[in-house]
Amino acid sequence: MRISELPRPNPERLLKQVQAEESKRWGARLKIFLGYAPGVGKSYRMLDEARRRRERGEDVVVGAVQRQPSGELQALLRKLERIEPLATSSGQAMDLDAILRRAPQVCVIDPLAAENPPGSRNRYRWQDVQELMRNGVSVLTSVNLLHVEEYREKVQAITGKQTTEAIPKSFLLAADDIVIVDVPTDLCLWRLGEKLTPTGISNSRERELSELRELALLLTAEVVDAQLESYVHAHGIEPVFGTHERFLVCITPQSNAKTMIESGKRNKERFQGELFVVYVRRPQDTDKEKAAIESHLESARDAGATIEVLESNDPIEAITEFAQQNRITQIFIGRRSH
Amino acid sequence: MPEAENAPLGKLKVYLGYAAGVGKTFQMLADGQTAAQRGLDVVLAYFEPHARPDTIAQVQGLEIQPYRKINYRDRTFEEMDTEALLRRKPQIALVDELAHMNVPGSGRTKRWEDVQVLLHAGIEVWTTMNVQHIESLNDQIWRITGIQVRETVPDWVIRQAAELVAVDVTPEALLNRLKRGAIYKPEMVQKALQGFFKGSNLGALRELTLRQAAHEVDLQQSAYDETSNVQAPRTSETSPAGKADNPWKERILIHITADPSTAILIRRGRRVADYLHADCMALFVHRTTEVSQLPASEREAVEKHLRFARGLQIETLVVGGSDVARTVVEFARHNQVTQIFVAQSQTRLGERLRSRNFAENIVRMAEDLQVTVVADRSRRLRS
Repeated sequence: MRISELPRPNPERLLKQVQAEESKRWGARLKIFLGYAPGVGKSYRMLDEARRRRERGEDVVVGAVQRQPSGELQALLRKLERIEPLATSSGQAMDLDAILRRAPQVCVIDPLAAENPPGSRNRYRWQDVQELMRNGVSVLTSVNLLHVEEYREKVQAITGKQTTEAIPKSFLLAADDIVIVDVPTDLCLWRLGEKLTPTGISNSRERELSELRELALLLTAEVVDAQLESYVHAHGIEPVFGTHERFLVCITPQSNAKTMIESGKRNKERFQGELFVVYVRRPQDTDKEKAAIESHLESARDAGATIEVLESNDPIEAITEFAQQNRITQIFIGRRSH
Repeated sequence: MPEAENAPLGKLKVYLGYAAGVGKTFQMLADGQTAAQRGLDVVLAYFEPHARPDTIAQVQGLEIQPYRKINYRDRTFEEMDTEALLRRKPQIALVDELAHMNVPGSGRTKRWEDVQVLLHAGIEVWTTMNVQHIESLNDQIWRITGIQVRETVPDWVIRQAAELVAVDVTPEALLNRLKRGAIYKPEMVQKALQGFFKGSNLGALRELTLRQAAHEVDLQQSAYDETSNVQAPRTSETSPAGKADNPWKERILIHITADPSTAILIRRGRRVADYLHADCMALFVHRTTEVSQLPASEREAVEKHLRFARGLQIETLVVGGSDVARTVVEFARHNQVTQIFVAQSQTRLGERLRSRNFAENIVRMAEDLQVTVVADRSRRLRS
């Protein structure tokens, strides 16, 4: 599976955002349990953690429960305090005010992606979560890949499933903790009542689920990478090299830039890495050279690269510094094409 | 493994984690319990005796194969009893710690070799390991953590896996477990906090694990597509479906020398080849007419590197040639190589000023080939 990723958030901005968010939160933390499909066991993992926390003395309540909890889940729920939902004309809704009055340390919200009934204070449940956090309530919540806005189309293309309930990916990136609940596809289908198949991918449904699984693993890796970057910035330590591949293609007007960008793109896709294309501008560039660069940069844009034009009298120095700062693992340098 | 030529290979399932204590063994045992309850013939072939209490609780009710006792230097060690398992022949064997190195006198050096024997006998094996034990990640792990991991498992062993499960937990929860004494004995906790559990290490190892798992899951999809004969168009693929059989089939050539940095080069080349679905071979060029004329120390080092490459399933070749750079490039051309991997030359500055260095020579001669010069970061860190 090759996934073209959206531009990554700028780490500095992300850090500032996180810090700004944190200062408003009174130490409340958000923990998200991510699954690639229903049946992986997100709710179970989450409620089991809630139970353990309660046993360790944390003040935990359950604010929202999925519609038809299984027997296993009900057994866990019996050990936990619940805030009853509000009955509205258009069905049940999480009672945000009741939770705020109760003011627990930790609130469990299952699932995260839900639209509130008309007339509610917030349109979406993830906005309720933000309100809880602003009031110092930590939240444990679960989300299915299908409900992440930026993945909706992809998941729909793979499975044909549609949803209107979605949360923005930035919400995941801003979480303090994210955990992926990963199970083999055969177990996932088995929990949904299907026959258990042999270990590995055995049929086209498992093949589909496997693609979702890969997407969910990579999304989690991305969130972990963003957290790592914030950590590194916040603690002023040396950036961590080598957690994933970052390719840098250096172009000049004369070089075989198109081939290099093409190769860089292939590498980026295969490694699920990132691609940077850099040009060091020189004052003596002619109009013809400028035009050549423009066309190269256009290809770079099409390849989904992060583009940077640097100003320096010493191109080698500039590129080396850029590579260090951006934790580049492979640099592509071209030859003069004759 | 002669006896097993005709038996169908048992399947391999790997529970992959990023550190001790993430819950790999627990998850494997829990799944084993489920399988046993459903009537499958499951045997616990080995699990670490220093396991955590809640993990030990998961063992209740599972059939345990008694371990083999081995005396070594006046102490008794316990290892998995592979031969007894072959006689017992369960459907599924649960084997903790795939990367474990056996005590001398066990028959096979490494546990993954024992697992191969079980698989060849048609036994399905479920096993656990941490990301730092994957051979091709060895240098990255060293760079991230400063720790040189010695017990490694070749990538092809992991690639056999029909199923890989990422066992994930947040670093925060893991550190809590560690501090509560749920992972190591109290006297070990401080050491752990300065090692793998230090600062950003856990996050980095976790990211590597998730990406590795995604990669393995991707390979499983390719394997399924090949066997099912259905040209399932990959929805999420950016390149258009139905295109002629991979027009960019890459071939990678790794240049082997006696220099210690060759190990890094081999791992890197192997890893890139795996991701690009490329063929991979390794070449040593000797300037002497016969290999036997090389100084003993050089010959030993080269042989060690060639063995290492073969262990990672890289085809190795040895040819003679007075001009090494030219020989490498010509060989590459004759064999439709698309990428050459060479090490950064370790020549002294003086030599470099007088003549161009080796990597530069290759780049100059290779013209249309891609040359990848692999840096040896460890040198910089160590010096």
